[in-house]
Amino acid sequence: METTSVKPQFSEAAKAEIERICKQYPTERRKSALLPVLHIAQAEFGGWVSPEVQDLVAEVIGIKPIEVYEVSSFYTMFNLKPVGKHVLEICRTGPCMLRGSDELTAHLERITGAKVNGATSPDGLFTLKEVECLAACGFAPIVQVREKYYEQLDTPAAVDAMLTDLRNQVHRPALPWEETGLPNALANN
Amino acid sequence: MGRKLLTEHINVEGIDTFEVYRKHGGYRSVEKALKTMTPDEVVEEVKKSGLRGRGGAGFPTGMKWSFLAKPEGVPRYLVCNADESEPGTFKDRQLMSKLPHLLVEGMITSSYALGANTSYIYIRGELLYVLRILEKAIAEAYAAGFLGKNILGSGYDLDLFVHPGGGAYICGEETALLESLEGKRGNPRNKPPFPAVQGLYARPTVVNNVESIAAVPVIVNDGGEEYAKIGVGRSTGTKLFSACGHLNKPGIYEIELGLPVEEFIYSDEYCGGIWKGRDLKAVVAGGSSVPILPKELILKTAAGEPRLMSYESLSDGGFVTGTMLGSGGFIAMDETTCIVRNTWSFSRFYHHESCGQCSPCREGTGWLEKVLHRLEHGHGHMEDIDLLVSVAKQIEGNTICPLGEAAAWPVAAAVRHFRDEFEWHVTHAKEAAKPGAVYQGKSVLV
Repeated sequence: METTSVKPQFSEAAKAEIERICKQYPTERRKSALLPVLHIAQAEFGGWVSPEVQDLVAEVIGIKPIEVYEVSSFYTMFNLKPVGKHVLEICRTGPCMLRGSDELTAHLERITGAKVNGATSPDGLFTLKEVECLAACGFAPIVQVREKYYEQLDTPAAVDAMLTDLRNQVHRPALPWEETGLPNALANN
Repeated sequence: MGRKLLTEHINVEGIDTFEVYRKHGGYRSVEKALKTMTPDEVVEEVKKSGLRGRGGAGFPTGMKWSFLAKPEGVPRYLVCNADESEPGTFKDRQLMSKLPHLLVEGMITSSYALGANTSYIYIRGELLYVLRILEKAIAEAYAAGFLGKNILGSGYDLDLFVHPGGGAYICGEETALLESLEGKRGNPRNKPPFPAVQGLYARPTVVNNVESIAAVPVIVNDGGEEYAKIGVGRSTGTKLFSACGHLNKPGIYEIELGLPVEEFIYSDEYCGGIWKGRDLKAVVAGGSSVPILPKELILKTAAGEPRLMSYESLSDGGFVTGTMLGSGGFIAMDETTCIVRNTWSFSRFYHHESCGQCSPCREGTGWLEKVLHRLEHGHGHMEDIDLLVSVAKQIEGNTICPLGEAAAWPVAAAVRHFRDEFEWHVTHAKEAAKPGAVYQGKSVLV
């Protein structure tokens, strides 16, 4: 089938990291690298994994595309639809609820204009996603953004500090195998 | 003040580096085991220690190790379960991010005991930043000759890798974890065969929790018998409890097993009492899966004895008046907590996290969530309360993995101990549905 869209490609740094990861498993078990490679793909391609990106993941690992789809749809961390520049994963489970996660979610909806598990904020900056326990219950309520935990968000000041921190990020923070943050990752929003 | 076997040096500056960790006695267990002990002797010490799996099941670690099949010429694996996701539990995250070398050391010594030459740490995907910390520690251990070929000239080879999950509570179940590590959906496997015979890549595999592995160095250094002297009865050693909810000082505490629950909650050395000067209403003592207990029963057993933080004392009274130690996720709720709302939140969690393989769990968790939702929001009926108990019973024992029980137990226990509060949600539906509304009556104990 002829397609007009440009096929996505991993950066050289990501390709090297993927090869390093694949070597962690027996040669005939490269499929084991699927979850780590999906994480890399999501970081590289704007915070979500499109069908085209998932096909690319299948190609670099050497498995069938369906093997990627059935996994990406099972695990909650992979976003299958476009997202805003920052995805705020708000913990809603019991211990966070006891310390105000419902109020936090309502507050974030109000000040960002985004809808939880729905529309991204009108400025394209924030997507709000409710998630289950993030294993930081003693520091509740919590929001995760990429690899960072923002903890004890029980005051407006703490929430403001988090949002200011995120607004000031021009590029996503660099990952260990990268020299700098990838401009393309955030610029497409 | 109890002894700290795992966390003694947790606040030492730079303890996450090889150099500082080594200066504080780190990696001694690797030297001792590889140079002076056979693998079986290490297993024997762990057996003597009485160490029980710290992930939640409490199965004796040494016994689990001794079940590992060892066919000639077939590789075997040690996989560390760092998929910490049980609501209320956040001990492993803290241990790994602050003391990464403790886990690496434990993995080396344990892998030697089991004869594994490749081992994996499966960490939940949300903790990618902790994965980076562990990978740095592992690189340092390779550089120092504690990982790789011919470790310390002993002839023993070991490669250690960290593998991230993708956000699925079910992957904390050991066979789901192995499926996930193979790059598949986290669907638990039918047993037998058990992982000890056919685990990762159908090879013999041991899966152990982070905290269990982290206890191995001290057991090897001091000897299993010394370790077994700490604690009470069959609850030997120390245990990390992660305390959260309405406490003045939530956090991670390493305690000697046997500490009175009352002291843990109210003493300034531990949780410092209930926040805002309020009264305690209920506690979930071992992660969201274990039965909730009202204040009276968490502080004292039904016989009036002080309740202790030990496997036996917490389960005293069975599921009628007792609970379980579980993972050590200690959730305290003050007098303003709505038990129905809290139970609904837990049921929503299990419904969300059910992998969907077994109908009793897939459908049952949905029923529990929906019925609790309507009770909490003022649309419940009196029959709903018994319906909850009936659904819970139909899930229990009818699923491949324990997620079913984990979803059923908290609901059954909440109804058992707080039935009048559930009834109030029906008789005073409008009032109960208001945000922040809380039943003020006295709860029935049994």
